[in-house]
Amino acid sequence: MGDYEFHWLIVYQALPQMLNGAFVTLHVAVFSMLLGIAFGVLLALGKMSKYRMPNIIATAWVEIARNTPALFQIYMAYFGLGAFGIHLSPYMAVLCALTFVNSGYLTETFRGGFQAIPRTQYVASWSLGMKKVQSYRYIILPQMFRRVYYPMTNQFIWSILMSSLGILVGMGELSGETQRLQSLSFRTLEFFIVAAIMYYVITKLVLFSADIMSRRLFKGEI
Amino acid sequence: MIQIQGVHKSFGDLEVLKGVDLEVDKGEVVSIIGGSGSGKSTLLYCINGIENIQKGKIVVDGVDVHDKATDLNKLRQKIGMVFQQWNSFPHLTVLENVALAPRVVLGKGKKEANELAKHHLRHVGLDDKFDVYPTQMSGGQQQRLAIARTMAMNPTYMLLDEITSALDPELVGEVLDTLRLLRDEGMSMICVTHEMAFAKEVSDKVAFVEEGIIEEIGEAVQVIENPVNEKTKRFLSKVL
Amino acid sequence: MGSLFTPLSWNDTGFILQGVLNTVYISVLAIVVGSVLGLIMGFIRSISNNYTNFVLGSVLDILRIVPLIIQLILFSTFVGVIGHPLLPFASGSIILSLYTMAFMTEVFRAGFDNVSGSMRIAARSLGMNYRQSIRYVVLPIGMRSVFPSWMGVALSVIKDSALVSVIGYMELLRTSEQLITRTQQPLEILLGVGLFYFLISYPLSEFGRYVERKMAI
Repeated sequence: MGDYEFHWLIVYQALPQMLNGAFVTLHVAVFSMLLGIAFGVLLALGKMSKYRMPNIIATAWVEIARNTPALFQIYMAYFGLGAFGIHLSPYMAVLCALTFVNSGYLTETFRGGFQAIPRTQYVASWSLGMKKVQSYRYIILPQMFRRVYYPMTNQFIWSILMSSLGILVGMGELSGETQRLQSLSFRTLEFFIVAAIMYYVITKLVLFSADIMSRRLFKGEI
Repeated sequence: MIQIQGVHKSFGDLEVLKGVDLEVDKGEVVSIIGGSGSGKSTLLYCINGIENIQKGKIVVDGVDVHDKATDLNKLRQKIGMVFQQWNSFPHLTVLENVALAPRVVLGKGKKEANELAKHHLRHVGLDDKFDVYPTQMSGGQQQRLAIARTMAMNPTYMLLDEITSALDPELVGEVLDTLRLLRDEGMSMICVTHEMAFAKEVSDKVAFVEEGIIEEIGEAVQVIENPVNEKTKRFLSKVL
Repeated sequence: MGSLFTPLSWNDTGFILQGVLNTVYISVLAIVVGSVLGLIMGFIRSISNNYTNFVLGSVLDILRIVPLIIQLILFSTFVGVIGHPLLPFASGSIILSLYTMAFMTEVFRAGFDNVSGSMRIAARSLGMNYRQSIRYVVLPIGMRSVFPSWMGVALSVIKDSALVSVIGYMELLRTSEQLITRTQQPLEILLGVGLFYFLISYPLSEFGRYVERKMAI
């Protein structure tokens, strides 16, 4: 290690601030995911609809989201929208960008989930007198979400990891906060090692709770 | 009363119903027999408006099914349907399968809906399966669940679409027993079926359909034992 | 002396082009190296016992779970601290390749698992020798299960390569960032950058889907 000396105390003292950053990371990941799910469902329905307009919008959204880097999306939201007089805070810029990408990927996931549900499930619910909305609410969506549960978990993890790009627009999530803290002391290595461990722990915890949740939520097999 | 008048139905260029007339009174059981692809099942799907029609009219208790102004959801509440592949809802327990529609469609409270569901499940002999998931049950049990699910909506008519043809032979009996029960309670039913003996036993009328047309209709025993129409004779000689 | 901010001009073409080439260069390098390493690691994982797999899996997990940006910062700081600072390009390609390897390992492992055992026996029982069974059975089936996910990882590496800008590598996004600072025309430049990524990524992903459909038959 040459003559490098690790100084952990300073990181220890900054731990509350880092944990706060971790909280912001989860915060932006959760919200971008919830919004992404909402848009994703709508876009998936749009992509499957027989009308032209929803189809074109959904296809364009999906392809742009999937074929450009997340960093580009964040820069677009943070710098690019300025050209239209829209100035977003770093948090909002990252939230918008992650939501955009999440909905793009989830659209395709959901579409696959919808298509895996036999048409007879729709017919059975209609024949009981359910309205279209009720049929989606009680029969189709619960089954669709169950089928895409694992891809959805992966998308959530992706959101957590990609929110680290907040560092580039000065956002106060885990990476950005770590960057700010290390710049005060120049203990770059120590700070980022701890940040890496935090990301690892957060991700493992999310995977673990997703597993527990799936066992509680999904009892019958489909 | 269900009145079917001159109904034509096509899928693209393929015409599957070519002018069907049929009347089913309240309390009556009508079986529809015929080869596969003859349009029997399609007719059922037209009666509750799952499929649209190109020509003719279907009227249920004075309501024109395919009129744009008709509230189909309302109409379907009194026309129950049971399917070949039973179509139970795999993400819900047996009890929830039956209680769901009374709760969300009829607006019953959770407790009342559950009691209702239990009543109908006991009726079809699934007393001990309330909290089981459908996929853990046999086909015959799932089919009885489907019947209970339909009955819980207290329908006036039942449409049964080949409900025994996807079942293992040893499970057919339990489902037919359930149907006998319904018949004895005076339920009006239209059954598309391959079970000739059963059709003869439970039906008031039997209709033979070939290539989208009702070739012969009459008393159950007469049609199956002494068919008049040459096509009916040919069909029955093949299946009996 | 002219103004501090100067508008975008044709003279910038060379500058942007260099950024484009650098992006392509580091992406291709990482995909090639990462695929080769991933193939080896995937093979090791598919023949290893549970214990080895657990250890290997945990190490690879770190590469997949710690955000790429943190890995890049940690690695370039680390080599500096131990007295062997590397060029941004070197640090960038090492980390990006290892990162790619971690994902490719799972891709190839799934492929190996798919063709192993029964398939090889089936081919052997048809009287094929080892080379024939590899040529006619193992490779086609392996390709079928591997190609779509391989393409998915490769595409995400092209996009993730943008992150190497963080440690100072002059790839496309960083070049454009500097242009934005000079010209104050973020929208035009960013849209151009986005279009570039799209023009690379979209045809490749369509091609991937096309091959997937063809092979599904």
